[in-house]
Amino acid sequence: MKRTINDFIIRFANVNGTGSASANYLFAKTIFRMGIPVTPKNIFPSNIQGLPTWYEVRVSEKGYLGRREGIDLMVCVNPQSMAQDIKNVKPGGYFIYDSTKKLPDTYLRDDIHYLGIPMMEMSNQAFSDPRKRQLLKNIIYVGALSKLLNMDVEEIIKLVGEQFEGKSQLIEANLVALKLGINYVEANFEHPLPFHLERRDLIGDKIIVDGNTACGLGAVYGGATVMAWYPITPSTSVAEAFEHYCKEYRLDPETGEHKFAIIQAEDELAAMGMVIGANWNGARAFTATSGPGVSLMNEFLGLAYFAEVPAVLVDVQRAGPSTGMPTRTQQPDLLLAAYASHGDTKHVLLLPSTPRECFDMTAQSFDLAERLQTPIMVMTDLDLGMNDHISEPFHWTDKREYDRGKVLNAEELEHVGRFGRYLDVDGDGIPYRTYPGTHPTKGSFFTRGTSKDEYAAYTEDGAAYQRNMDRLLKKWETARKLVPSAQLYQKAKQSELGILFFGTSQFSAEEAKDLLTEEGIHVDAIRIKAFPFGEEVVDFVHSHRLIFVIEQNRDGQMRSMMIMELGTDPSKLIPVLNYDGMPITADAIKNQITNFLTKEKTQRHELFKTTL
Amino acid sequence: MSYLKPLFRHPKLPKNKLGYTLKEYEGSLSTLCAGCGHDSISAAIVQACFEMSVEPHKVAKISGIGCSSKTPTYFLGNSHGFNSVHGRMPSVATGASMANKDMVYFGVSGDGDSASIGMGQFVHVIRRNLNMVYIVMNNGCYGLTKGQDSATADQGSKSKAGSINPFQAIDLASLAIELGASFVAQSFSGDKQQLVPLIKAAMHHKGFAFLNVVSPCVTFNNNPGSTKSYDYVREHIEATSTLDFVPEMPEIKASYEEGKSTRIALHDGSLIQLNKLETDWDVEDRISAVNALQQARVKNEILTGLIYVNTEWKDLHETLNTYHKPLNRLDESELCPGEQNLQAINEGYR
Repeated sequence: MKRTINDFIIRFANVNGTGSASANYLFAKTIFRMGIPVTPKNIFPSNIQGLPTWYEVRVSEKGYLGRREGIDLMVCVNPQSMAQDIKNVKPGGYFIYDSTKKLPDTYLRDDIHYLGIPMMEMSNQAFSDPRKRQLLKNIIYVGALSKLLNMDVEEIIKLVGEQFEGKSQLIEANLVALKLGINYVEANFEHPLPFHLERRDLIGDKIIVDGNTACGLGAVYGGATVMAWYPITPSTSVAEAFEHYCKEYRLDPETGEHKFAIIQAEDELAAMGMVIGANWNGARAFTATSGPGVSLMNEFLGLAYFAEVPAVLVDVQRAGPSTGMPTRTQQPDLLLAAYASHGDTKHVLLLPSTPRECFDMTAQSFDLAERLQTPIMVMTDLDLGMNDHISEPFHWTDKREYDRGKVLNAEELEHVGRFGRYLDVDGDGIPYRTYPGTHPTKGSFFTRGTSKDEYAAYTEDGAAYQRNMDRLLKKWETARKLVPSAQLYQKAKQSELGILFFGTSQFSAEEAKDLLTEEGIHVDAIRIKAFPFGEEVVDFVHSHRLIFVIEQNRDGQMRSMMIMELGTDPSKLIPVLNYDGMPITADAIKNQITNFLTKEKTQRHELFKTTL
Repeated sequence: MSYLKPLFRHPKLPKNKLGYTLKEYEGSLSTLCAGCGHDSISAAIVQACFEMSVEPHKVAKISGIGCSSKTPTYFLGNSHGFNSVHGRMPSVATGASMANKDMVYFGVSGDGDSASIGMGQFVHVIRRNLNMVYIVMNNGCYGLTKGQDSATADQGSKSKAGSINPFQAIDLASLAIELGASFVAQSFSGDKQQLVPLIKAAMHHKGFAFLNVVSPCVTFNNNPGSTKSYDYVREHIEATSTLDFVPEMPEIKASYEEGKSTRIALHDGSLIQLNKLETDWDVEDRISAVNALQQARVKNEILTGLIYVNTEWKDLHETLNTYHKPLNRLDESELCPGEQNLQAINEGYR
């Protein structure tokens, strides 16, 4: 096998609930600290204890942070999945296993290397407490890997110290286990392996964090005071992060009182109801959920759209429909979210790709929700939400003020003349609102899901209803100008082919673009950050002959939205899809695009022949 | 339509402490059927707020969907109102209360809105002891969709169309006590004498105050054989007490018989003076209150008055230990941890 530096994929096969997560994290974080780009992904079952779980780490000197197929090194400590795990190693690759029990002959392949380490036996000899034996077995393989892959042991020791700060006994035990693994490799195997690590300085000031933490933190910075939620994978940790940071930064130092209120609601309907009630009453409030929750929140989303109440929803998408694959990633809620609820509705979506964008867009969503007086949905997914990603650091400036939108206070009400809650005074489709309790005799109005006139009076007059619906469309046009613009990868058009992507497809799409270039296929690229689509998206679509729309769902939902909203000819939007529940890979994107282009070429060729 | 409002007001209309007349507490013209019980309840709310000199804009009215949920338009026109979605008023009220603890929250609902589609939210808002007044205008039927039985219709009650309800009724007052409501009362829309002081006491109670008010539907459920008709209710009503609400500790009327009068102190120092007509249960004892309701049910009586009260339990704001200032009044300086802290947070992820 040829010697490669900082470019390989390692997969850990563990049993859920055995403490492997912290050992695997230790492994990935050490590589990060060595200044090398790394992408860890948790592949976990909908289960608390006992079922197989995997942790896949891609190391990429070039900084490709997407998933890639092919496993160079498998660390297998789970007999349940071993047969399959062995099959998944690519030829020439390595298979590390717990050799306390002999490997059955049927598991032997002659095209991979086997490295047996008696982890359980070593752990049993070194430790007496059964729980410790199980947990530290994982640290033994980290020790072994440190030698096999040339990891910086000092960094590992430092991280162990940070992880178990104040628990000296635990630190000591971890270091013993680490040493066991190191010693075993030194005594038994050639090391390092042909592919291994070398310290670099490629990380700079970047951080490694998951998107859900970033969303929770973004909500704290964005001024959210009320959060209502219902537990659902993979969004639960958004609420946990919000609570964690609130408890750190939002307690009154003297009284310990909370400058926030978090309610675990009875269901997602109630969660959204609370968010709407709080926003209606002038607090910034949000919820976090996943597809099934958005289904339940549909009715309330329609109310918020029509009654024009701000609301923020973080949708950490998972594979549907129905309960689907609750612990697998997808982008399957776009249509559900964009057109949530009965009647004519359209909702603003934000599409973050990185933890930094999760932070920025969550914070910004409160400004947008209050400015536009409508729900804003931040569409992340399980991959972004629950996996650690290398990201630009979070950024905030103390000069930044919240945009609380068009709200009249008591003094303004004195001078405004007749207050019309749904009157478009400024021509941008956004009317003024008042908070309850503002003025004894002015500015009160009735909020309702039924039709009303400009002064919030109930009406069934068709003309008034239609005026209101048209104003909402005008507001939609205003939203188009306020949402984040798409990212263009070229200053001017360079190719008649374009690729379009959003969210977590970014990393693999960027890598695919490079892979295509290597094959002589040049494509322009655009990353969409929001719905409604801005002018730059319209221009990109119009100026390219073919657009490959890359997304992680079966039906090409973003493509459908482009057809609906931009009136684009469907035949020029080519779907590039991935919907097996795993993050999309660069190879999958590249192959679908080259296959299409080859087919197109052949067809043209044949057509040419027939006309002759 | 129930009545037309005269534009003219007598110049010598009595004024309350704030200098407001009853007019300042009224809402728009009701569009409910003439004689609808709900309009009487709206009038009782207007009366209670006027007499208590409540600032109308310091009240928020929130409702679900149905005839009852329309009524917030018909009282307190200077208050903000929110006619939300069917059965979901409790969650909207919960969010609103979290945003601003300094207001009075009136939740208005009906038997369909609370006992059927909204049962889940009804149950959980009680558990949390949200500081609000929750009124169910209970007529045993779906008025807006023309008279179908609701879940509070008594078994054996006859609808206007002549069918007999085969199902057990949900007893909202018993349920509320069972779930931990800290203030539970029943009344009748036709008994303003009882209703007005009950509403006043409910507004002063810190915690969840539930009022189940039987409010006959004149159009669809006022027929012979119905157990929610005016005639039936009048015949079977059992007023258990009369009530005086005494704001903030003035002298207490002593005209009641010793032993039959109880005083209950509320959080804000005001008092409920309860003059019992029956003495067989203790309003501060959950088990005896539920027992009294069940006994009345066996006897086909409708027990009215204050059924149960507990002034000890924490309301949701106390449970969550929220800031003394309403959350909706906090700005960047109090909410945003700032640039420097973010740098430290970044460092933790390196």
